[in-house]
Formats: sequence, C-alpha cells, structure tokens
Amino acid sequence: MATLWNNYRYLFFRRFTQIGLLTLYFGANAWGWTILMGNLSSSLFLNIVPLSDPYAALQMLFAGAVIATDILIGVLIITMFYLLIGGRAFCSWVCPVNIVTDAAALLRRKLGVDEVSKRQPASRNMRYWVLALSLIISFAMGVTAFEFISPISMLHRGIIFGLGFGWAAMLIIFLFDLFVLKNGWCGHVCPLGGFYSLVGKFSLIRVQHTVENCTACMKCKTVCPERQVLHMIDKESLPVLSGECTNCARCIEVCDDDALSFSIRKLAKNKKTGE
Amino acid sequence: MPDKMKNKTVSDRRKFILRMARGAGITALGGFVWSAYVDEVTASPLLLRPPGAIKEEDFLKTCIKCGLCVEACPYDTLLLAKPGDNKPLGTPYFIPRDIPCYMCPDIPCVPVCPTGALDESSVTTNGELDINVSEMGLAVIDDESCIAFWGIQCDACYRACPLLGEAISIVYEKNERTGKHAFMKPVVHADICTGCGLCEKACVTEKAAIFVLPKEVAMGKVGDFYIKGWDKEDEKRLEDAKEIKTVTEISKKSAIDSLNSGLGDLY
Repeated sequence: MATLWNNYRYLFFRRFTQIGLLTLYFGANAWGWTILMGNLSSSLFLNIVPLSDPYAALQMLFAGAVIATDILIGVLIITMFYLLIGGRAFCSWVCPVNIVTDAAALLRRKLGVDEVSKRQPASRNMRYWVLALSLIISFAMGVTAFEFISPISMLHRGIIFGLGFGWAAMLIIFLFDLFVLKNGWCGHVCPLGGFYSLVGKFSLIRVQHTVENCTACMKCKTVCPERQVLHMIDKESLPVLSGECTNCARCIEVCDDDALSFSIRKLAKNKKTGE
Repeated sequence: MPDKMKNKTVSDRRKFILRMARGAGITALGGFVWSAYVDEVTASPLLLRPPGAIKEEDFLKTCIKCGLCVEACPYDTLLLAKPGDNKPLGTPYFIPRDIPCYMCPDIPCVPVCPTGALDESSVTTNGELDINVSEMGLAVIDDESCIAFWGIQCDACYRACPLLGEAISIVYEKNERTGKHAFMKPVVHADICTGCGLCEKACVTEKAAIFVLPKEVAMGKVGDFYIKGWDKEDEKRLEDAKEIKTVTEISKKSAIDSLNSGLGDLY
C-alpha cells in the first residue's frame, strides 16, 4: 500500500486538482456555487478575484479587442503564478485534456505501439509554430483563432456547460496520441502548452536530478511526456531547466532510487555551483 | 578534393533552404486551412446574443467564452454554443422559442462579463441599468401564417410583450371577406422592440409566425439618398451627406441621331 501511494501520490494530487477544479466550475453552473465560477478561459474566484487565460487574452489583443481591466488583472495573476512558481504546471495539474492524453500514452505503452512505429515523424517545436500561427490568424481575421477550435476549451466548457460533439474532439486526440504520434497533442501540437513552456521557463519549482543515486533504469524517461527535458539523467546532477517540463512529477514517483525530487530553483543553482 | 567540398556545401545550403521552405509551406498550408475553418464557423448571422452585446464583429474578438453570463441567467435562457450547434464555438446565445429573455430589471448577465463583450453602458439610461433599451434583435411577423391576418382574433404576442402596447400594437382593419368583422393585426415597432422573444414563445401557431431576428438581418437601410423633409431630426442627416458627382459618358451625336432613326437603335 505504501509503495502504491509512493508511486502514485503526485498522480493522485494532479487528478484531484484537475477534477476538483472542474467540479467547482460545474457546481457553479449547476447549483450556484460561488467558489469558482466561469471556466478555464476566464473565471471569478470567491466572487471577487478574476482569473483569466493569458493566451486567450493575447489572441484578443492580436485580434484588436479592447482588453478590459478585469481580464488584465486575471491575466496578471495567472501569468505571475506560472511564471514565478508553477512553471508549465497548467498542463499536468489543471488541463483536463491531460487526462485524455495520459490515458492514450499509458495504453500506447501497454500495447507496445512504439515497437512498430519507432520513428517520431514530427518536431516538438511544432507547438511554437502553431502558437505563432494562431496570433497571425487572430490578427489577420480579427477573431481569437485558437479559441474557436481549441479542444481544451471544448472539454472544460463541455463538462461545465454541455459537451455536444466535444467527445469526438477528445476521441480524435486520443486516437492521434495512441496511433499517430506519441505525446502528439500535448507534446507537439498544443499552442497553449507552447505558451506555458515559454512562460514557465524561469519558474522556481524544478525537478532536480541527483546522479549519484541514479541506476540508469530509465523508468523516468519511459513515463515522461516530454522526455527531451530529462537529458541529464545518468549524466549530471542538474535541475530540469527546460520550460517544456510540465512538473507532472511522474518521473519522481517512478524513480525507486531517490534520484529525482522537487526542488526550488535557487537552491538547485547553489548546489550546482557548490555555494 | 575541392570539388567534393564544394558539392557538400551546396547540398547543405540546399538542405537548409529546403527545410525552411518546407517549414514555411506547411505553416502556410495549416494557416489557410485554419483560417478557412475559423471564417466558416464564425459566420452565423442568425444568432441572438445576450442583452448589451456589442457589434457581432467585435463580439467575436472580445468574448472570452467563460460562460459567466450563462451562469448569471436565472431562467437558463442563455446557452454556450457547443460543438455540433453550428454556431461560433463557446459564445453565448439564446433560442427564444425554447426560453426567451425575461428581461430582468437588474440584468444579471451583463455586469458579470469580464471582457466588456456585454457592454453595461449600452443598457443604461441615466446611470441606471435599463433592460428596455437593450437591442437583442427585432420581432418579425410572417403575415401568411399569422392567424390574426386571417381574421381570427389572437393577440397572444401583444399580451406577452413585456413592453405592452409599446413594442407591439394592434391595428384594426375592416375584414372585407365577411364585411362585418375586423382584423386585429399585430404590428411591431422596431424602435421599441428589444428582441426578447416572449412573443415568439407565446405565438400559438405550430411554428411561430412572429419570431426574433438579429436587427442587422431584419432591417433594411435607406442610405443617404432619401431624407424625410418633414422631419427636422431626419433632415440633420443632410449635414453629413457628402456631395457625389456622377459623370456619364454620353455621345451627343448619337443622342440626336436616335431621334432620326428607328426605335431599334435605342435597344
């Protein structure tokens, strides 16, 4: 039981925050709760504090909309949180699509799909191109380009306000991740993930690798949805500094040798320079 | 040996250029598909927005699709467009025949909007919220299917109207068919009607004979060429009117000749 907890504690917390947030939103619409109203695009916390999706606001800006004060405050709060503290934590701790793509990745490992399609035919930098493209289209067409096709919004909005054919979008992402491209949506295409990769680059919370404890079992690299960020495994004691790390902590959980742990950036730096 | 090296640099450069071209090409391809799709899904002219909604074109770029207006609506009138509704995804709208807007005096849906896509100032008179000035749409009557136009007495829409006697009035007219009865025809006044849709909800016909359309769809536009000379307010539009000089190329010779020739030349 203790090992089970040890191996899945962060996963449990992540599912708890993901589902918990959606429950609060759902309750706000269905039963009039006032803890957290709206959805992940923009919401109102305790009837006072606005919280807004900075990427959506950026598209609005490019589309030529006037950004209202509430949105500005909401964007500032969210951006500051991920910029200073959480890093790309949105993707693994908040976004509900993560549950879908994690399921696809798990099934992909269990089925051994990678055995037949070893070659990954796409670059992970694609998300930054999609991000740039979304802003160009927003500017050119005067609408928030990604918000009108976003499967992320389809899912969280769908769970709160009614799904419609949103399940089909989820199925598409699931099948895409399962059969076409490993970690396809979250790790290659999603511009929101790209956005938070850039925002979260300098955040304080980092995964730290201790090479002395490492037995090179590579379990961490197997579960990691962004395995390129773990380049230091079995090589150097370094913190994971890439903004593409989602702080999902799966690597920490699967490590049986205590070679990976959460740390605060500054401490990690000091360790490196020996101060 | 130098020849071999030269070949290598050329092929590297070519590789680089090709890779750039490929990246740009795929981006352009994706961009056009994406743009075309967005253009298609945002074109939905028959949509009724919540009260205070700014111009549709601006609404589409300003609304963040958070659904706070939907949650604020006590009658569950407002809906967020979901995949399959064939409406701009995630934006709020309502279907009056299902649930109309009951025109709450405190308009709970508008002040909660964080983006200003629902503009409080557009539903405010003298510093107080005033739902009666909202312009969600305009009720339109199909007089073929409206039974009042058949001569059957029905004033369901007139009675349902929250601006009773102002937005819809009943006009009496002689029924020539029977010779002794009157038509009691409903007439909608565009300057008063808010487009709440209570009339559409109340209409007794199988498919509503009075229904709400967005104002831009339901109304025409006169333009600057016609002015009500008897209306001082309307005459003011003349001040903004710009002079347009039209020049038409006319051949004087052929105009004169046409009098001497047969009518055939005219066509």
